[in-house]
Amino acid sequence: MAGPVKRSRRGGFDLRISGPERQVLETLPETLRAILVSRDTADPVVRRLYPGAYLEDEAASREFDEVVHDDLLERRLAAVETLERTVRASHLTEDELVDWLAALNDARLVLGVRLAVTEESTAADFAGDDETEGAFELYRYLSYLEENVVSALAG
Amino acid sequence: MAQTAPVETERPTGDEDVVPDLPWIVIVWNDPINLMSYVVYVFQKLFGYPREKATTLMLDVHHKGRAVVAEGPREKCEFDVARLHAHGLWATMQKDR
Repeated sequence: MAGPVKRSRRGGFDLRISGPERQVLETLPETLRAILVSRDTADPVVRRLYPGAYLEDEAASREFDEVVHDDLLERRLAAVETLERTVRASHLTEDELVDWLAALNDARLVLGVRLAVTEESTAADFAGDDETEGAFELYRYLSYLEENVVSALAG
Repeated sequence: MAQTAPVETERPTGDEDVVPDLPWIVIVWNDPINLMSYVVYVFQKLFGYPREKATTLMLDVHHKGRAVVAEGPREKCEFDVARLHAHGLWATMQKDR
């Protein structure tokens, strides 16, 4: 079975992603932007996206964050923008696919931290609550897609 | 590119001890979210490691909870940590001891 992402003979990458899947991907930019710009360090998602650089030195970590934060945010927003602009495309350049990868991975970090997933998490852990069930389903779909993006880029 | 004449600077001849700057190390910590294949990809892309070395490091992170992925002067390590954070990996740095 052909995967959803394939290196193209004419350069770049071909995408074979269904309409409903793309509809799901279309929801990501708005969700991502909202959390990426947050500076609420009480939120574990924000701490995961912008971790401290020094384990035992909070002051140095803050200083580091002040220096790199804007650039980091800018890169993340640019990747989200690429995903948004090309979400219906059937062909991506390598740079565009690298941006997809960054946005997909950020989306997985957000969902994974919110759901507190572990390496052993299964759908059964999130059954019973429509919202978390749907979030885990999305997490798994994004994992599948990201896996395919990585192997296409590495292949 | 602008060029300026070399400036003669006097070397400090103070009596302060010159402590050799300990190298810093960059550590990547295990997390349950990042895909193993993605972590290998990031190590190869950022550090130019061959696939085998990147895979060994990823497995160290996975099984031992952490791995030292780079080392060097402080500024270089800060640059590496920032790049790892940009790729969603949980990285910290510290003096090698």
